[in-house]
Amino acid sequence: MQHRREIRFLLNGREVSVADVGASQTLLDFLRLDRRLTGTKEGCAEGDCGACTVLVGRLGAEGLSYQPVNACIRFLASCDGCHVVTVEHLSGPDGRLHPVQQAMVEHHGSQCGFCTPGFVMSLYALWMAVPKPSEKQVETALQGNLCRCTGYAPIIRAAVAVSQYGSPAADYLTTEREAITAQLRAMQDGARVVTGPEDNRAILPASVDDFAAALLEYPQATIVAGATDVGLWVTKFLKPIGPAIFIGHLDGLKEIEEGSDALTIGAGASYTDCEAAIGRHFPHLGPYWDRIAGWQVRNMGTVGGNIANGSPIGDTPPVLISLGAEVVLRKGDARRTLPLEAFFIDYGKQDRAAGEFVESIRVPLSAQGQRDAAYKISKRRDEDISSVAVGISVTLTGETITAARIAFGGMAATPKRAGEAEAALLGKTWGKAAFGAAAEALPRDFKPLSDWRASSDYRMLSAQNLLRRFYLEQDGAASPVQLTA
Amino acid sequence: MKDNVTITGSAHTDRIHDSAIKHVTGAADYTDDIAQPEGTLHAYLGVSTVTHTRIVSLDLSAVRAAPGVVGVMTAADIPGHNDISPTGQNDEPVFPTDLIQFHGQPLFAVVAETRDAARRAAELAKVETEALPHALDPVQAIEAGYPHVTAPLKLERGDVEAGFANAPNRIKGRMVIGGQDHMYLEGQIAFAIPGEDDEVVVHCSTQHPSEAQHMVAHVLGVPSNAVVVNVRRMGGGFGGKESQMNIFAAVAALAAKKWNRAVKIRPDRDQDMTATGKRHDFVVDYDVAFDDEGRIEAVGGSFAARCGYSSDLSGPVTDRALFHADNAYFYPHVRLESRPMKTNTVSNTAFRGFGGPQGVIVAERMIEEIAYATGQDPLDVRKANFYGGEGRDLTPYHQQVTDNILDRLVGELEQSADYRARRQAIIDFNASSKVLKKGIALTPVKFGISFTATWYNQAGALIHVYNDGSIHLNHGGTEMGQGLNTKVAQVVAEAFQVNFERIKITKTTTEKVPNTSATAASSGSDLNGMAALNAAEQIKARLVDFACEHWGVAAEEVAFLPNRVRIGEETLSFDAFIKAAYMARVQLSAAGFYKTPDIHWDRDKGQGRPFYYYAYGAACSEVTIDTLTGEYRVERTDILHDVGRSLNPVLDRGQVEGAFIQGMGWLTTEELWWDTEGRLRTHAPSTYKIPLASDRPRVFNVDLADWSENRELTIKRSKAVGEPPFMLGISVFEALSMAVASVADYRECPRLDAPATPERVLMAVQRMKGA
Ligand SMILES: Cc1cc2nc3c(=O)[nH]c(=O)nc-3n(C[C@@H](O)[C@@H](O)[C@H](O)COP(=O)(O)OP(=O)(O)OC[C@H]3O[C@@H](n4cnc5c(N)ncnc54)[C@H](O)[C@@H]3O)c2cc1C
Ligand code: FES
Ligand code: FES
Repeated sequence: MQHRREIRFLLNGREVSVADVGASQTLLDFLRLDRRLTGTKEGCAEGDCGACTVLVGRLGAEGLSYQPVNACIRFLASCDGCHVVTVEHLSGPDGRLHPVQQAMVEHHGSQCGFCTPGFVMSLYALWMAVPKPSEKQVETALQGNLCRCTGYAPIIRAAVAVSQYGSPAADYLTTEREAITAQLRAMQDGARVVTGPEDNRAILPASVDDFAAALLEYPQATIVAGATDVGLWVTKFLKPIGPAIFIGHLDGLKEIEEGSDALTIGAGASYTDCEAAIGRHFPHLGPYWDRIAGWQVRNMGTVGGNIANGSPIGDTPPVLISLGAEVVLRKGDARRTLPLEAFFIDYGKQDRAAGEFVESIRVPLSAQGQRDAAYKISKRRDEDISSVAVGISVTLTGETITAARIAFGGMAATPKRAGEAEAALLGKTWGKAAFGAAAEALPRDFKPLSDWRASSDYRMLSAQNLLRRFYLEQDGAASPVQLTA
Repeated sequence: MKDNVTITGSAHTDRIHDSAIKHVTGAADYTDDIAQPEGTLHAYLGVSTVTHTRIVSLDLSAVRAAPGVVGVMTAADIPGHNDISPTGQNDEPVFPTDLIQFHGQPLFAVVAETRDAARRAAELAKVETEALPHALDPVQAIEAGYPHVTAPLKLERGDVEAGFANAPNRIKGRMVIGGQDHMYLEGQIAFAIPGEDDEVVVHCSTQHPSEAQHMVAHVLGVPSNAVVVNVRRMGGGFGGKESQMNIFAAVAALAAKKWNRAVKIRPDRDQDMTATGKRHDFVVDYDVAFDDEGRIEAVGGSFAARCGYSSDLSGPVTDRALFHADNAYFYPHVRLESRPMKTNTVSNTAFRGFGGPQGVIVAERMIEEIAYATGQDPLDVRKANFYGGEGRDLTPYHQQVTDNILDRLVGELEQSADYRARRQAIIDFNASSKVLKKGIALTPVKFGISFTATWYNQAGALIHVYNDGSIHLNHGGTEMGQGLNTKVAQVVAEAFQVNFERIKITKTTTEKVPNTSATAASSGSDLNGMAALNAAEQIKARLVDFACEHWGVAAEEVAFLPNRVRIGEETLSFDAFIKAAYMARVQLSAAGFYKTPDIHWDRDKGQGRPFYYYAYGAACSEVTIDTLTGEYRVERTDILHDVGRSLNPVLDRGQVEGAFIQGMGWLTTEELWWDTEGRLRTHAPSTYKIPLASDRPRVFNVDLADWSENRELTIKRSKAVGEPPFMLGISVFEALSMAVASVADYRECPRLDAPATPERVLMAVQRMKGA
């Protein structure tokens, strides 16, 4: 089949076709510079402030669904086949304000107004998903939106009141749903897209098999999944990424299989995609999941990318390692499976060959008597990178600890198991003494760094105390031992 | 006219921000959204990657040769003065010639066809340098014998030595207080369009258009009348665009004139945060003497500030820290000294509160010290030391406090927040809870209003009434989200008795109102509201004269009623009346002016009345900390704040809420972290953490003290609101401190430094455990 040379998508309900889209071209620059849709703002160009929030609608396995994303780190090429909705599209043709906008105006949700279009878009997505949200749901939806002026109170008041101004049933994206679906479907031609100049090539494979093939053709290509890391290489470090193979559109990589003994997550599933299944099978990861980045980033970023980037401070590797997860790597048609901890060799070095990619992650379900916990410590509670993250899985047979898997992030050059602490627990009777000993053993496992997130001393002390917290919590302490959201 | 009863948007009513609808639809234009003329070029700053060095050579050949580059500019390309010091100290070059003074200092600018090309090219410079030793914080600077960037201030009153000698108790301590980045959501930006001859127009995100104008003229070597600076709105300022936009305005204008093309400059967030100044960090050594009841007898304090490499606004900022080192408390004998230290860091600048918060928090620390030493509730110590009573009304700068309302305000908040009962409940909770501990604190603020540079307390406005009765309003203040334009328009609507919608709010421009002051020091509505009112009154006076003459009535018989005018027995619409006045050749335009009365300040003597009045407020916050990790949560905050007779209660409330959260952020998660090489490593929202929606108090009750009225004749008896509530965030810090103190049974002051990150909280808990 012929390769397609241009990107096609809907922008505010109209079809656009852009030829020669370089891999590193961002959606935000396209909107602001090429289309002069200046309602979408740039506040940081690193996915942290939400001023650039737009909705991207995509035909997935469950039909058309819209999610708020950060246009600043979203690559234009990855919008192929999607419907991009910006703030300019909200008010009616007669200038009538959208219910979200009306609520924001009447509750004085803007001061300088620079963050406001981004908030409007996040709240728009929230209202469509949850027309009458609780304050807690609003806060979770707004983890990726910063406002420096209002102190948020008026925005929250607006958010919980939106439904008084209108119902999602009457919203354009609902009423036009079928027409948009049809338009998007008509754009799907099953072709591989190859576009952009030679040194900045963007490749969108047609399927997972085509991805495997393309990666063999371009073994040095940058794989781009959600772009929540790669986007920053471009916007902050001005790094070339071409040729880049985009995989965010591949439904075949997003499959989530809830088996009887394991949960298997496709490498391309976003945090949001697997949230429900994670919560069902690993309830202890529910609140933890909500603290990974903000909503927009969770809609883009993938678990596969969080692992593949090899970062020592990614949040999913420690908790997945403690659960005994395995990673499936694929090259062409060949696959191999590794325990996740073995994938991380050293700082910046993973057990992944050229032409190979992460296909899925298999997480065994917890066994009888297994007690699991996941903790994250960061300077700011939400949308912050961990100073320390830990997954703890301890199995009891009677009162005896018969298995212990403890993996930390932020404590070493890779996500790493605490072998000495685990050893201090194994075979011991469940109790304060055993966990005290494990905490004492921790300095033999790690010599953490000092940096702007935390000092070495704090990392060590809080890591030790997290083991103590685990004991207190599992032991059913009389008063709460941890702040809840 | 439909509405005969009342006008829309009169003073003292809730009115939405004039741009609210444009904000929510994305139609509000910021500088980066202005349509660019064809051929617009883009500039970008090339910055140093070393901290303190001599420049041996600067090789820009690779920059020049990069794709899309039109040219570069260094100090040699500056036709006028290579200096943008806002206080005229000649210590802030646009580009340095022989000395690099901080990591991230702009060295040159590159101009290219696209911003992307300029940004990439800016990385290609080769700078040969010779390293010099550096001092990054005030303590290092003092040890290294660094100079002050500007003359220090000393405030003294009473007999300090005797005060200390005679008091039964004395505590000395040190407090380290972190700085703060403004993190306005819209970064710095300037966009210059060249004109004929020596002219240039600069659109710039600035709180101080007149200063930007003067700086551009100074750098270009042209008179001020050749330069126009415009700003319709900013995406936040908070003090960060009072002087820090100067370099961007100057570079854009320089390039626009050099290449005779429009030029825009917009740094990325990292460069914005590393190359522009922030709130000053302070290291304060305090010394307090008190009697057994906890009444303060004498105070000494040395306030060393990280000013950065140049003076910028560090003089007035460190002065204001001293002016607020008493907060709400009377110090019988006092000596305070500022030490504005030069450091090899970016030059620090204005930030909401302007040094005041750093003074206030030290006063609160001393209160805490006394409370723990005497075993009292800190609120009782606070109350015992409030200004008021016989001979207890003089500040360390010899201004009399005559308008103190804290007894009532704090008393009301104490009741409404149920402070005493909750404090007891918290003490009980802490006795049984092993891991989680709670704290509560009720802290007051008293904040002096006026620029301490007395000449800044002036403002101008320009009002045109067009012959259809529509009104065009312009004043020297700038809109950064605070609702200044809305409030001033309300004042004008009320003066003419016309609906708010009849008034067109327009961009701030140096063409219409000259020689304006920065929109800063919370003074925006006080000054510009008065100037606009003055302009309106002038036009009204002419209209009344006209009516008397034309209709043959006495002045008392002319009344401006809602959207109409009654003249004797006759009533006509405002528009018809204006049309008649126009036909009779009445001048329907006026320039208004205002200067704050009664203020004076002698800095050498440390005496005077620098402030026209004080604004007051109080907050009560409750927190929970986790003593295993130092994590915390703000459970509840109650605020009662004084804005006098509010011009617009809903906007003022928004200022109070926003300022509180910003103040809380300063003292909790916002940490500026320099490595030993002098690199700021928290330089974007990924690493520098301002509060999120989920950080705000779980319960948040905000009230305005609606009974308060300014005793001075300010605009409609209102009070300034921008800065004072920032310091309400201190209640969170003090509550954290109490929670930490609980670990050692409240026997010792935890001496928590700011910001109280989870790390600092945990480390303080550890110290207390050892205590
Ligand atoms: C604002 C913000 C907040 C964040 N907060 C957190 C946080 O709290 N916790 C946290 O852990 N992380 C956080 N992150 C980072 C996190 O979002 C990423 O690590 C994410 O998981 C990466 O997934 P992605 O799909 O976006 O990867 P991409 O950016 O697309 O790729 C990341 C890397 O993985 C490679 N890659 C991606 N998929 C594959 C694959 N299938 N096979 C092989 N290689 C692959 C890419 O080539 C690249 O090297 C944050 C990021 C942002 C922007
Ligand atoms: S610009 Fe800040 S998240 Fe995109
Ligand atoms: S209104 Fe200014 S940043 Fe939100």
